[in-house]
Amino acid sequence: MLRFLTGHYGYWFTLILLTIGLYGMIFKRNLVKKLIGMTIFQVSIIMFYLTCAAKFGGTVPVLIDDSGPAAVNPAAYINALPHTLMLTAIVVGVATTGVAFAIVITIYKRYKTLDEDVLLERMKKDHDAPAD
Amino acid sequence: MTGKSDNPILSMISRMISPFIMIYALYVIFHGHYSPGGGFQGGTMLGAAVILSRLASGSELSRLLLGKGIGTLMGAIGVFIYFGTGFLAMLLGGRFLEYKYLARIMPVSDAMARNWGIQFVEVGVGLAVMGIMVALYDDILTGEPDA
Amino acid sequence: MKIINYFILIAFCGLLIYVSLDLPNRADLDAVINRETSPAGTPNAAVFYTRHSYEDAHTPNIVTVILADYRGYDTMGETTVIFTAGLICMMLLRKRRKP
Repeated sequence: MLRFLTGHYGYWFTLILLTIGLYGMIFKRNLVKKLIGMTIFQVSIIMFYLTCAAKFGGTVPVLIDDSGPAAVNPAAYINALPHTLMLTAIVVGVATTGVAFAIVITIYKRYKTLDEDVLLERMKKDHDAPAD
Repeated sequence: MTGKSDNPILSMISRMISPFIMIYALYVIFHGHYSPGGGFQGGTMLGAAVILSRLASGSELSRLLLGKGIGTLMGAIGVFIYFGTGFLAMLLGGRFLEYKYLARIMPVSDAMARNWGIQFVEVGVGLAVMGIMVALYDDILTGEPDA
Repeated sequence: MKIINYFILIAFCGLLIYVSLDLPNRADLDAVINRETSPAGTPNAAVFYTRHSYEDAHTPNIVTVILADYRGYDTMGETTVIFTAGLICMMLLRKRRKP
């Protein structure tokens, strides 16, 4: 039982962080707060993958002795594949956040508000009585 | 958020530290073979050095460090270096991004040619990431009076 | 109405934690991702990359070899993604000429 708890509490922390990010995306009315929730969501997914890639007694995946494939012991280095995939995921998160902020700035310039309910009202009024 | 800071100590220390951050970022890019690091990490640090200079001295003065439209141009050059290395490997007889065929123009062995291929590609990635981070900062603050 | 939304959120969190009870213990050396062969009989990708990265590319850093050599195509798509994001921001936020 104790072995089960110490082996799984890492996953539970990342999943609680995911729920906090989802709470921010759904329950907040300001658009910028929704974006902060989205960033927390992405970071929690990255942390989950890195939690799966650990090994007892493993070190940084940089080879210590440069010999042939027979001399390398794969149990001495942590699993390097999820770390590589998460480098790509971090950069994709940065790109998504940058484009999302540009869209929020364009919305503010056009409708002069950042609140979700007021924004929906103004968009509906704009659609019913078109401004051209 | 205003660009210039009223505190002269903060302004001067930021202006002095920014070149050292760039040197450390260059070390991280080129030592990506032997220690944790590589293209993405070094490119982000280079972008952070330029943004620190823009925050400390204002956008007008910091135009001397990196001009106004240069960010997107550097991003394009970085992507071009990446594609260019892949096409060079294809022109020399191999498939796309197969770096061991670079040994036909460089006097090294096959495994060292892959080493050099990885090095070129990391430089391209670092340049692209730096250019785009500076371009994002410039575009988001493009109309502000005292940014 | 908001109470129902809160209950759905808590139920979602409960579902995620229920699914995570099946995962192996953290940092276990005989977990399925750390073995020599996968359950289908094919060799394990991470173990292959760890063994053969020095003789293929003369580079001690395994993560850089995977990122730029074995999976270089994905890094090329990655660089294109970040360049496209910069291009989108430039196109959305430049000054428009009044007609």
